Amino acid sequence: MSDILKIDHVTKSFDDKVVLNNISLTIKHNEFVTLLGPSGCGKTTLLRLIGGFETLDQGHIYFEDEDVLNIPPNKRKVNTVFQHYALFPHLNVFDNIAFGLKLKKQPKEEINKAVMNMLMLVKLEGYEWRNVDTLSGGQKQRVAIARALVNQPNLLLLDEPLGALDLKLRQDMQYELKEMQRRLGITFIFVTHDQEEALTMSDRVVVMNEGLIQQVGSPQDIYNEPINQFSASFIGESNIIDGVMVTDYEVVFEGISHPCVDHGFENNEKVDVVIRPEDIVLIKPDQQMIQGVVTDIIFKGVHYEICVMVNDKEYVIHSTRAKHIGDKVSLKFGPNDIHIMRKSDA
Amino acid sequence: MKQIVKGLLLLATVLVFVLIYFPIVVIALMSVNASSTGQTFTYFSFVWYGEIANNTLLLRAIGTTLFVAIISTTIATVVGTFVAIGINSLKRNQRLNMMVLNNVPVVNPDIVTGISLMVVFGLLPISFGINTMLIAHVFFSIPFVVLSVLPKLKELDKDLFDAAQDLGCTSLQAVVKVIVPAIKTGIITGALIAFTMSIDDFVISYFTTGSGVQNVSLWIYARLGRRNFSPAVYAYNTIVTVVTIVILLRLNYYSIKKKMRRLNQ
Ligand SMILES: Nc1ncnc2c1ncn2[C@@H]1O[C@H](COP(=O)(O)OP(=O)(O)OP(=O)(O)O)[C@@H](O)[C@H]1O
Ligand SMILES: [Mg+2]
Repeated sequence: MSDILKIDHVTKSFDDKVVLNNISLTIKHNEFVTLLGPSGCGKTTLLRLIGGFETLDQGHIYFEDEDVLNIPPNKRKVNTVFQHYALFPHLNVFDNIAFGLKLKKQPKEEINKAVMNMLMLVKLEGYEWRNVDTLSGGQKQRVAIARALVNQPNLLLLDEPLGALDLKLRQDMQYELKEMQRRLGITFIFVTHDQEEALTMSDRVVVMNEGLIQQVGSPQDIYNEPINQFSASFIGESNIIDGVMVTDYEVVFEGISHPCVDHGFENNEKVDVVIRPEDIVLIKPDQQMIQGVVTDIIFKGVHYEICVMVNDKEYVIHSTRAKHIGDKVSLKFGPNDIHIMRKSDA
Repeated sequence: MKQIVKGLLLLATVLVFVLIYFPIVVIALMSVNASSTGQTFTYFSFVWYGEIANNTLLLRAIGTTLFVAIISTTIATVVGTFVAIGINSLKRNQRLNMMVLNNVPVVNPDIVTGISLMVVFGLLPISFGINTMLIAHVFFSIPFVVLSVLPKLKELDKDLFDAAQDLGCTSLQAVVKVIVPAIKTGIITGALIAFTMSIDDFVISYFTTGSGVQNVSLWIYARLGRRNFSPAVYAYNTIVTVVTIVILLRLNYYSIKKKMRRLNQ
């Protein structure tokens, strides 16, 4: 697979505030890439640079090996689903979706067919003559997706396109979008701050924070091997513990030595230890292992979320077995469940 | 107690409306009064309406008024809309400065605007007449169009322009195909205000006209001194009032119908 988009050392500031700081990222044809990060980290700005709505301060963006610096947005083979839909208020649903095709002067029957197809895809059949300001947030979002997708762009930029949907519809649309992307062979750059959405949909996840890319990798990589504390805490719930890497394959935390699979650190290097809540099993108190007291338990539907206090630090454990507050327990986990990260500021 | 207050308020309201509409009704009555002096009501007749067609001077004044109003409204609406779009795309600070610039002519007394324009036209190598009057009307109408279009622009999704470009519009197409239709109601309101202001204007026209060109207000004013203007003027006034009422009713009717349609969906 060749590259469709290359972002090369891009920097962007608004009034002296650096919003994107020396970003580099390459995206392959047909890839589903997710930009994941907290509010204000520069996700929308990056999309706007790719779409051509914002000019960059430094660096280059190449689309299919061509520098797009001087190409206006209407000439780019890219379409965008805007964060706040940006539907045309004077047009009905049909005309909103048909807008791009009409500009390209496609024959009427073809436009009709394409729009009806899209309506079916986003489950809005029968809504074609509705005024867009009579739609709910979720319906507007789906019109916005259809309006962009109907143009069959090579690259589709989606800025939190599922934000306004309820859980059920959201999951349906996640599946539908993923299906469409696979079937139509369109490259997706998808923005979200929902980590679960990022992990379930993407081929690759780009974790961003404060204008910097923290980590790029497959969902499995990002989840299992977060590169630093930000990545680990942003992706799913984690227990992050101070530890010392005594030597290769041996880490000490909570005053106990644990075997692990990590190596390549300096002897006695201070590290962050990550253990996922679902990787910890609660057993009867055991001198050889970390011990604590259950302080809280919440039923979460599929599992219980149990808080255990260990030496003034709270651990979160997911378990299908209930415990009682005040129970004395030990935490059991294997070498594979321990993930070691370098300290961020080191 | 509450009943009494309510009754008094109702009475005040009725009284205000009676006072406002009384002169209009009087003029309407005089326009169908066959008497040429208007002192007494002789008998009901539409002669003065027919008289409009015979009074060439009045006809010419009406023609001037409509000509100036239509042309100046058209120019002011187009220019004002683009100015508003421009102002709206500025950064906040610059936008506020531009709004002050825009609002000065709006709140400035007509007499100041009229005299300033007269002085400026005097400095330019153009002769006073319908041209200068037209330019003056364009000038004082533009800020009103800007004022009625800007709030509509502010309501729009800020990505609308980008979305149009994203789907293939050039910047000009984006304005014409998306922004302008989306702020249509603001533009129509602006045009209506500009049109009324133009038809209505006396002071600014007085200072900027020349070579005997008169719109209706100037013509009536010139007649007034001699106290011999024909009741055809009443007929003209009544026609204007009726047309205004019809336009207002239509506009209301459309907006009500639109609301009903929305509710039905
Ligand atoms: N036009 C602008 N002028 C000034 N500052 C801006 C502009 N656009 C964005 N910013 C700033 O840039 C930073 C990044 O904004 P951006 O919209 O890219 O964030 P985001 O990651 O999309 O956040 P969210 O998840 O809330 O949408 C923010 O601090 C924002 O205030
Ligand atoms: Mg955003």
